[in-house]
Amino acid sequence: MENKVAFENDLNLKDTELRLGLPGREEEEQKALVSCKNNKRPLSEASEDCGTKGSKESAPPAKAKIVGWPPIRSYRKNSLQESDASGIYVKVSMDGAPYLRKIDLKVYNGYSELLKALENMFKLTIGQYNEREGYKGSEFAPTYEDKDGDWMLVGDVPWDMFMTSCKRLRIMKGSEARGLGCGV
Amino acid sequence: MRVNQVEVPRDENGSSILDLARADIAESSTKTRNCAACPGSGSGSMEFQSPYPDQVLENVLENVLHFLTARRDRNAASLVCKSWYRAEALTRSELFIGNCYAVSPRRATSRFTRVRSVAIKGKPRFADFDLMPINWGALFSPWVAAMAKAYPWLEKVYLKRMTVTDEDLVLLSESFPCFKELVLVCCDGFGTSGLAAVAGRCRQLRVLDLVESEVDDDDVEWLSYFPESQTHLESLVFDCLQFAVNFDALEKLVARSPSLKKLRLNGSVTTPQLYRLITQAPQLTHLGTGSFGALEAVAAGDQEPDYASAFAACKSLVCLSGFREIFPDYLPAIYPVCTSLTSLNFSYANINAEHLKSVICLCHKLQTLWVLDSICDEGLQAVAATCKDLRELRVFPENPNEDVEGPVSEVGLQAISEGCNKLQSILYFCQRMTNAAVVAMSKNCPDLVVFRLCIIGRYRPDAVTGEPMDEGFGAIVMNCKKLTRLAVSGLLTDRAFSYIGKYGKLVRTLSVAFAGDTDMGLKYVLEGCHNLQKLEIRDSPFGNEALHSGLHHYYNMRFVWMSSCKLTRHACQEVARALPHLVVEVIRSQGERNDDSVEILYMYRSLDGPRSDAPQFVTIMQ
Repeated sequence: MENKVAFENDLNLKDTELRLGLPGREEEEQKALVSCKNNKRPLSEASEDCGTKGSKESAPPAKAKIVGWPPIRSYRKNSLQESDASGIYVKVSMDGAPYLRKIDLKVYNGYSELLKALENMFKLTIGQYNEREGYKGSEFAPTYEDKDGDWMLVGDVPWDMFMTSCKRLRIMKGSEARGLGCGV
Repeated sequence: MRVNQVEVPRDENGSSILDLARADIAESSTKTRNCAACPGSGSGSMEFQSPYPDQVLENVLENVLHFLTARRDRNAASLVCKSWYRAEALTRSELFIGNCYAVSPRRATSRFTRVRSVAIKGKPRFADFDLMPINWGALFSPWVAAMAKAYPWLEKVYLKRMTVTDEDLVLLSESFPCFKELVLVCCDGFGTSGLAAVAGRCRQLRVLDLVESEVDDDDVEWLSYFPESQTHLESLVFDCLQFAVNFDALEKLVARSPSLKKLRLNGSVTTPQLYRLITQAPQLTHLGTGSFGALEAVAAGDQEPDYASAFAACKSLVCLSGFREIFPDYLPAIYPVCTSLTSLNFSYANINAEHLKSVICLCHKLQTLWVLDSICDEGLQAVAATCKDLRELRVFPENPNEDVEGPVSEVGLQAISEGCNKLQSILYFCQRMTNAAVVAMSKNCPDLVVFRLCIIGRYRPDAVTGEPMDEGFGAIVMNCKKLTRLAVSGLLTDRAFSYIGKYGKLVRTLSVAFAGDTDMGLKYVLEGCHNLQKLEIRDSPFGNEALHSGLHHYYNMRFVWMSSCKLTRHACQEVARALPHLVVEVIRSQGERNDDSVEILYMYRSLDGPRSDAPQFVTIMQ
């Protein structure tokens, strides 16, 4: 009997692929694969007509949009569609600034976009990231608190890992910033 | 002792055509009780008996009957004899109309003259899913007009799936000085102007609940219309409103409503605003949190409000809902109330298993849980592990499309069945299911009264064995001896229906979609399910012969809905002719077609014949 479990498309060759370029690229595709980690199973199409008693003589209809199916009130459908897929919201504070901000990390494609947004938001320059020396050339350094409660320098880890582990952002100023620049 | 032996339709209140005819004639012959008539005559008499010897008895009876509240008991009492019929009619204070077209407002208000509370249901449930063309009917107007004259002491109105206009609400607010409770569920046709009228004029108002209703934004700030003095408000529910409310007015209203116990906010209320409200109303028992989301900017000078303390101060909170744009970071704020919660509605919150676990592990007293399937089987396993007292579970799909992989499956259902043995009601949307899991639930949850399983992919068989889902649903009707409501899905043959007909003796409501093979399927149900009252079928291969096989039973039902089945107009007409007290509506939703096919059949018993407000696309067969 044709197997009911199709092969999953998750060999994930991209992970082992050698490529040039900054870390944090291609996170879109990785995101899609990551989202499959929850207990999802493939559709089993093969077993619809199994020759059991009373099986349907016609194939199931084409997957066109069926009115009123599944039976969910349009009110509920509309409500869910309005609230988009869940964003990753984190608070951003800056030493000395009176207001916290909240941003959605999912909106940004990588560190450069994020840093640009922070620069615009707080009207400052953060400078270039350097693996060895952190954010030299600026008195500000963007840091984040990760899942374990440690304060890390933004940019140390690949972008998608950053997105899932970042709990809040803090733009540090002055000597504290330099202290983190030695790589954690 | 039954008054009559022939099969005649009885309405929701137990009256048959003959009872009401007698009552009508008796009433019209004299309005007073002092008419002389043949004493002691038998069942053929249409005239009033001499009242004097019975007067005392009737007075006693009225006093006793005041204590009878259950509808069924009252219906039974009204059938004992004319005297009891009259006394019951005078003492019935809660009127329930299960189908607004089954009886006219005039008839209802004539029989029951001292009603304080009215509940009316309108459109059939499939109208919720856009299967019924708009403007089909179920108008509140004729009812409110009749009640305005007949029931000056009316206190409560409960409407479900009715079309209510602003004018109706204005009339309501003007006609009933003692008015206390208005509950509108799945209603439409009105807006903020109507609400303003109710808020402004109903000075005794205790309950204003808008549940899943479509409300128009007429730019009237209805919340500002409540009287300036302290209100009697106990319940204010408006979470279905899709537009902003005036928060200032809301805050002031809450501050001057010391009796407020239920407050359900809509998504326009922000989390800081929620904070302000609940700190002013820690006595709340039911709270709908509004958006519970994150804002762009928060003043850092003052810290973000201490949400957890605010919730902790609400020591009576037992029911939480809302979470329309949930920011999961805020979830710990509700931890303090979790241990007392009996009801939790997360069905608008797309949280994952981890988020849910953090909350649910504290909810030992939970009896009702509504969630989105974003919590996955893992989330359901956590529910099963903690919520030993769970009675009702609803799992809604975040993504209701047919071709996606679903995050919940038979694994979640099995877990729930093993952990929550007291389960009484379940609604479960999924993309895959197995007979084994459904059978397990039938055995582990013997108290099931409502079992609604929706496998979103149509005609899906058992995901493991490839068999139809017949055996699973068969086990449900066989093992769940208290089952009264059933909704089936997946690949189903006539065999499933034979099980339902054979074992589903208590089933009152049955929903069928894309299921069955031949007319036999429907025949099994119509011949076997003696208590069937509500039958809704769509897109199933049941035809005229099956329709015919239910003639003996249709008068006992509230309605039958069949859409996109295999019926012809001719067959529907035959039913209409065979059963004169059945209103047989054939509804066409797209244009004119000259063939004999029937797109939608909606039929129901009625004491007052076909309705006069049927739109053009409805043909009432005669």
